[in-house]
Amino acid sequence: MRPPARSGRALIALAVVLTLLIVVAPLVYIFARAFSAGWQVYAANIMDPAMLHAIWLTCIVAVIVVPLNIAFGIAAAWAVAKHRFPGRGLLVTMIEIPFSISPIIAGICYLLLYGRQGLLGPWLREVDLQVMFALPGIVLVTMLVTAPFVAREELPLMQAQGTEQEEAAVTLGASGWQVFRRVTLPNIRFALLYGAVLCTARAVGEFGGVSVVSGNIRGQTNTLPLHVELLFNDLNAVGACAAASTLTLIAVVALVIKAALETRHG
Amino acid sequence: MTAAAAPFRAKRVLPGFTLSLGTTLLYMVLIVLIPIAALILKGAEIGPARFWTIVSSDRAVAAFRITLTAAAIATAFNAVYGLLMAWVLVRHDFPGKRLLDAMMDVPFALPTAVAGLSLTALFSANGWFGQVLHPAGIPVVYTIWGIALAMAFTSIPFVVRTVQPVLEDLDPALEQAAETLGATPWQVFTRVVFPAILPAWLAGCTTAFARSLGEFGAIVFIAGNLPGQTEIAALLAYIRLEEFDYNGAAAIALVLLGFALVLLIVSNILQSWAARHRRATA
Repeated sequence: MRPPARSGRALIALAVVLTLLIVVAPLVYIFARAFSAGWQVYAANIMDPAMLHAIWLTCIVAVIVVPLNIAFGIAAAWAVAKHRFPGRGLLVTMIEIPFSISPIIAGICYLLLYGRQGLLGPWLREVDLQVMFALPGIVLVTMLVTAPFVAREELPLMQAQGTEQEEAAVTLGASGWQVFRRVTLPNIRFALLYGAVLCTARAVGEFGGVSVVSGNIRGQTNTLPLHVELLFNDLNAVGACAAASTLTLIAVVALVIKAALETRHG
Repeated sequence: MTAAAAPFRAKRVLPGFTLSLGTTLLYMVLIVLIPIAALILKGAEIGPARFWTIVSSDRAVAAFRITLTAAAIATAFNAVYGLLMAWVLVRHDFPGKRLLDAMMDVPFALPTAVAGLSLTALFSANGWFGQVLHPAGIPVVYTIWGIALAMAFTSIPFVVRTVQPVLEDLDPALEQAAETLGATPWQVFTRVVFPAILPAWLAGCTTAFARSLGEFGAIVFIAGNLPGQTEIAALLAYIRLEEFDYNGAAAIALVLLGFALVLLIVSNILQSWAARHRRATA
């Protein structure tokens, strides 16, 4: 690496200025606006019953979705990275599908499956199970949208680490669970943590899919991102930014963990 | 594995293959594939003639045109900005570099609704940036530029993060050789560096474009959502749902799904090209 020449310094300056304008400014703005009317107003906004309910609902969704996606991520990474089998490439592509389809499409898919006029609609009505416009629908669509996050962090790492250590452990008589706990998990724990936090950030922040399946019932099926939109449409910008600030905080935590992870591993 | 143990061991050394693959497939089928199949079935139920009437209506065509145009603008921006960021982060050392690198992940972690809210406020007539841009005759909010801006923000990480590792692997000796032979910095970049990172760069651009086509949360805040002018395809599908026109919503969603799957395949082909290219040049 060479010390920056004049052209290098110009490029660095351009990169820094553009990033400040496009990425940093939106991040800073949320907090600046949320606190623009002072701490008391911020606290009052957060303690508003509709807001508290939105926070509560969002937490429940995350608590259900994230562990399931961690389990899926580990299973998928273990199957794909540590084994060879026909159709492996296809499976990797399939795991990426939720990343490339619009959350709106995901929401529509679920509505067509579980909605009143959907494929399973008549059966759901018979057993009296409400999926759409209720918690199960929100959970399912969030699961779909955030499914690849953990797998994507784990996969390249587990692939790069190969299978030698695990094979050695098996040869020495370790059981499958022991191999995973004592050999694989310590190697992947930071990537797993980052994947989990990123998955959490996306799960609590999911908007498009949830807005299709939730029905936006204030105080009932309104998650935090939907509440942001609701307050924005009510022309309550300070309140919307207060709601958004809680979501932004999770994003910041995700980035701090990633930075810590990179410090450890160079 | 010892020779004595080999005949007694199954072909796979590591345990848990059936369990992990089974879990993965079950999850994929239940959470991803069956819902998508429901959409495709609905599309089949509509029938080709009716499907065509829906997607070729003026409003739908306008929505597709706006979505594609804005996504193209956003991708063009990220193609340049992402390349610049990757170059600066890999090839230069300066104070605050780590922080700048971390900033590239912000759009991944930040909920799209938050991004939309913030960008709208920043670029509206009385916002931090809008105060300057509005009098200059560049209204961003409620125009196609606003849509492109929201798309560009949410797809920032893709180009940077695909080009970065390839650039890191690139042997500086190649560039030094070119320099010794009298190449100008621009020639070194266009003749040596750029061909090496081209596959990865294209793969990153494709993913960024796919992500832009599907973006919804950030856009509904900033777009103004005027039919025929600032109404994107995903929003039109959403509006059809609210009108209980499930056929209309499904038809538009199917077109978007088609775009997404084609782009996913293109991006995967480009990525495997990039991987082969990387091994060949490394």
